[in-house]
Amino acid sequence: MSTPLQIVVCGSIVPDPLQTLEPVTSPGGPALKNEMMLPAVLDPWASHALYEAAHLAQAHPGSKVWLVSMGPKAKLQQVMMTVAQKVPFELVAIDGTASGFADSFATAAALAGAIEAIPGLDKSRLLLFGGWESASRGAGSTIQMTAERLGITEQFQGVDRIAVRQDGSFEILERIEGGRHQVSVCTAPPAALGWATGFLPEPRNNPQVGMANMKAIMPALMRAKPATATDPGLAYVSVSLPKQQRETRIEKNMTPEEIAREIAAWIRED
Amino acid sequence: MESTLLLVHTEADGALAKPALEALTSALALGGELTVGLVGGAVEAAARIAAAAGALRILAVSGDEFTQPRYATDAAAAEAIARAAGAAIVLAPATARWSRALPGAAYRLGGRIDTHATGLAVRDGAPAVTRWFYRQRMEAVLTRTARPWFVLLDVGCVTPWEGAPAASAQLETIAVAAPESRTTVTGVQAPKADEQTIRPDAKLLFVAGAGWTKKQPDGAVHIEEAQQLILGALRGAQASLGGSKSLVDSTGEGEAVLPFMTHLNQVGQTGSTPRHQKGLSTCCHGEEPHVVGWRFVTERRAVNLDANCGWARGKADVVYVADAFAVVRELNRLLA
Repeated sequence: MSTPLQIVVCGSIVPDPLQTLEPVTSPGGPALKNEMMLPAVLDPWASHALYEAAHLAQAHPGSKVWLVSMGPKAKLQQVMMTVAQKVPFELVAIDGTASGFADSFATAAALAGAIEAIPGLDKSRLLLFGGWESASRGAGSTIQMTAERLGITEQFQGVDRIAVRQDGSFEILERIEGGRHQVSVCTAPPAALGWATGFLPEPRNNPQVGMANMKAIMPALMRAKPATATDPGLAYVSVSLPKQQRETRIEKNMTPEEIAREIAAWIRED
Repeated sequence: MESTLLLVHTEADGALAKPALEALTSALALGGELTVGLVGGAVEAAARIAAAAGALRILAVSGDEFTQPRYATDAAAAEAIARAAGAAIVLAPATARWSRALPGAAYRLGGRIDTHATGLAVRDGAPAVTRWFYRQRMEAVLTRTARPWFVLLDVGCVTPWEGAPAASAQLETIAVAAPESRTTVTGVQAPKADEQTIRPDAKLLFVAGAGWTKKQPDGAVHIEEAQQLILGALRGAQASLGGSKSLVDSTGEGEAVLPFMTHLNQVGQTGSTPRHQKGLSTCCHGEEPHVVGWRFVTERRAVNLDANCGWARGKADVVYVADAFAVVRELNRLLA
């Protein structure tokens, strides 16, 4: 018999990957030009974590998924209109920055505080999910520090798969060097998993799920508490765009044989 | 310069891997007093390297419990060494093992951590870290006042330290009771040697785009031939394989797929940012979210049927407008 799981997914919003980004200096430190105007999406790694959480919850009746997300309330609302269509979850919103220049230590404090405040959450059954990277800061440290604050010391990063067994233990595949996976078995929750991309495809939009989610999302956004994720001891000396623009040689009239010869010679060069 | 602790873990044979030796180079370049902290099943050989490099102190947590990479034991070992060293700056290579465990250790010590550092310099007597933000779209230099400041150094940014190990080393062993853990590492899954497509040390990154799985000029999909050509190129050039997001995603969307291509191969905004001297892109449009993953590929060439693709707009050194099937078929013959 499967045991219901309580899965909390941490994930913030990031600029749509197709947008051009330009750094600017703001009174609070570095920021993105027109940051509030940029279309945003749920961070891709957090998205994977959310889909994996929903998949796991579906396989274990009685399980529940929360999405704890920190970002400007208005942007969160926009993004949730799309995310809500994908899988069932309950939003816990934190009104704060989603900037890549925020600090992971302070972000972890805000996330842990919000998770502690979730009514009825049984931390002994908790699986804390998030991305092992992000498309903003890519800190790779927020989940670990959030978990530490919650007293969770079974932690995994770069996770591509979790398989829950009949006895409640679970096997986890973590990415390690050289395109390999480390395989571990954890006997029981609580545990923290920083997800890589996993193996699941993106779920199709489901309007019924969307309507059910949105009923709770708007009140969650209304309840969002403000939080800061800055560290006064962190200073940016410079933030700049890479300037390298290559002079591209475009070869339109070479035969495949000529191209192959040139590429082979190039590969053999030191 | 403030005192520095370099935290490294040993491999199963007790040796230090390349990322650890690169981090040693970075730690020595900072100057100041250097303590080396070692974690692993066996640490003596690594201690002799640390001694030869000039470490003032060498601290170690070793034993069977610390052989396996596991959060609970690794974080406890790192925490104990960092407390014993009392260093202001803690450097470590960004291996999977340390990336998992050191953020937790930094938290326990009340410190801060920065990851993916690609450069380290001294500025006003303190380190200044260079790292990328927004998936390699912008580069920043930052400093911190909080201590201890943990910095995880990305692999492949500096030359590994080279030198003969010292004849002996004075090793301070730190006793750490392995914390209770519910986690057991049961093994490692790796592709068979002849199916290995990810080679971080390869000179060439060969990237396949979704075009390989699309209809060709004869109106048919040639997935079998695409497989043979790509694998042939990997063998001939001893290259590492990368893929565009659209290609690796097609696995989950019921399209024709290359069976050896997984999300592990994905390069770009939501994939990896590998470091290789050369990169050859085939059947890939070179859109910005993909090309940000090429930030650390020095020489870039592309084979594409579209002369106006993203690669042609200043992202590659050479773009060959040609059918990749024909080019790679001939290339494989030349490399065989």
